[in-house]
Amino acid sequence: MTNRVESSRGAAWLAALTPRGDVLPGYPAAVRVVDGELGGAPARFIAVVPDAENAFPRARKGEVGLVEGWALARAVRECMAADAAGVIRRPIVAVIDVTSQAYGRREEAYGIHQALAGAAAAYADARLAGHPVIGLIVGKAMSGALLAHGYQANRLIALDDPRVMVHAMGKAAAARVTLRSVEQLEALAETIPPMAYDIRSFDTLGILWRLLPVAQADQPGGEDLERVQACLLAALVDIRDDSTPDLSSRLGQPARQLSSQVRTRLRAGWEAHG
Amino acid sequence: MNLDELLSRESFTELGARARARVLLDEGSMRELIGPFDRLSSPWLAQQGVVTQADDGVVVARGRIDGQSAVVLAIEGAYQGGSMGEVGGAKIAGALELAAEDNRRGIPTRAVILFETGGVRLQEANLGLAAIAEIHAAIVDLRRYQPVIGISAGPVGCFGGMSIAAALCSYLIVTREARLGLNGPQVIEQEAGIEEYDSRDRPFIWSMTGGEQRWHSCLVDAYLDDSVAAISDQVRAFLLQGVPAQHRSDRYEAFLASLARVDTTQQARPDVVRAIYQEGLQA
Amino acid sequence: MEHMKFSFPAGRPAPGRAIAGVVGSGDLEVLIEPGAEGQTQVSVSTSVQGMGRVWEAVLARVLGAAPLPAVTLEINDFGATPGVVRMRIEQAFDELGQSGRTQP
Repeated sequence: MTNRVESSRGAAWLAALTPRGDVLPGYPAAVRVVDGELGGAPARFIAVVPDAENAFPRARKGEVGLVEGWALARAVRECMAADAAGVIRRPIVAVIDVTSQAYGRREEAYGIHQALAGAAAAYADARLAGHPVIGLIVGKAMSGALLAHGYQANRLIALDDPRVMVHAMGKAAAARVTLRSVEQLEALAETIPPMAYDIRSFDTLGILWRLLPVAQADQPGGEDLERVQACLLAALVDIRDDSTPDLSSRLGQPARQLSSQVRTRLRAGWEAHG
Repeated sequence: MNLDELLSRESFTELGARARARVLLDEGSMRELIGPFDRLSSPWLAQQGVVTQADDGVVVARGRIDGQSAVVLAIEGAYQGGSMGEVGGAKIAGALELAAEDNRRGIPTRAVILFETGGVRLQEANLGLAAIAEIHAAIVDLRRYQPVIGISAGPVGCFGGMSIAAALCSYLIVTREARLGLNGPQVIEQEAGIEEYDSRDRPFIWSMTGGEQRWHSCLVDAYLDDSVAAISDQVRAFLLQGVPAQHRSDRYEAFLASLARVDTTQQARPDVVRAIYQEGLQA
Repeated sequence: MEHMKFSFPAGRPAPGRAIAGVVGSGDLEVLIEPGAEGQTQVSVSTSVQGMGRVWEAVLARVLGAAPLPAVTLEINDFGATPGVVRMRIEQAFDELGQSGRTQP
């Protein structure tokens, strides 16, 4: 544990949740992997953090870039490999504070889409192999970065804080792509919850498992920290009680009724009749 | 190729999504699920002044390929850039989930996904993104049992969260017209500046993310002419090959080693990408 | 966005249903299904405002020309020209004529 000022909320929460763990060596500075504890039993915690010295210049502010994507894959798969021969499947906690995927020529050229797929596949395979995967959103959880780091979790937990947000694209870029102004998009988001950026609107969509009130999201400690730890533990129990290692727990809320209806109708027509 | 062959070569890219699905399935075997007449379309678009398409831009085509149970998921690139909304995304994810379930019951259903898509439909933002995560989950599940074949033929290409889906597939087929990349050129230019990425420079964009470049960079598994016969034959060949020993998305060691050899002080060059990945990724 | 409804005299109910076109820029999708005897009902959703009279004229020309089966016709339009509208409607009726079932 260190008293240094952490470079991001993600880094701060990772440190607070793993007081007795050390960051594993051999990973890039932007991907922190710590073997800590959850409920007294071993668990792997992973966060993507800013790295001002990142070799890739467009991935220095906590974005998930090429190396970060593949390093996430490595962190998850090595955890799987270590546990494969035994009975226990350690929980994997993704501490999520990612501004976006990295945007740049190098990134496109070297196939960042493939790197993020590497991470997503690893998390999904871990979940399918029986590792409880929990996503804890403490800051930004944006588009490709979230798809790579957190969106394959069995359960998603978020802090109820104004700087916690989930979305598919930054406002300026989204405005440009949809040929509207940022103000127009913000106005639409007021009445169209899936278009909003704030975590409370996201919570209405029925994808989050829990939204946790916190007093000081930037400085994890005291009651906030206890609440988050208790929730992680509760998520663990909920996952272990679940009969399926898939994402179907995201389909229960009224807001996702249409998604459920599609699945019901597909099933009804799946086998040819007559 | 002689003149007869040239004239009879049917273009895949000139076909709409429904027709593309039909030509990939065994003749006469196609049965569409939640088709346009079921009118399950987006509840989010009318209030934004966007006209809905009755099938929400995704065709779910059940049928057979070489006599074996299959489903083709065809995205209509002409509708809202093939973007993923709540309903279309659920059609793809739900169908893939049912295919995986079939396999667990002993029925070897396989899936082919036609990627003509810019990614998330921003008018449905977080619902589109969530659906894409569910598509990712379903591909990773199904590909344990059967190869999942992805095709991006153009003209829209494959971007955003769906490029990640394509990269999860067991085998990926592209043509010259296709592009495969995470971020749309406009978005990169918006975020990183025109010096980094000029969204109006088409030759530049294809040199970075076009089908031919991706082929020579070992990021796709087949690079074909825009031909129904060629693409259909390749789908069948990949299905016969079966699940690969290791999916490209699982090769983190090879990719990390390759990236370690990149001189990041220089801007990326297509020929260097080819060289680094050909050396690092060819088994 | 605008929604409009029209009706035109027609013949016996169509034997099946058909679809043509996509809601792409400058294009439209046309869905036709069997209608009530003697009447074709058209509903149009279009991204272009203020073209009601043009729609009426185009539809009258296409649907009023020869005796056509009675259908309900749903149009989802994204700025197609009258020529494209006519083409897609005729395409849909052609599909109907060929097999009476849905075609790509």
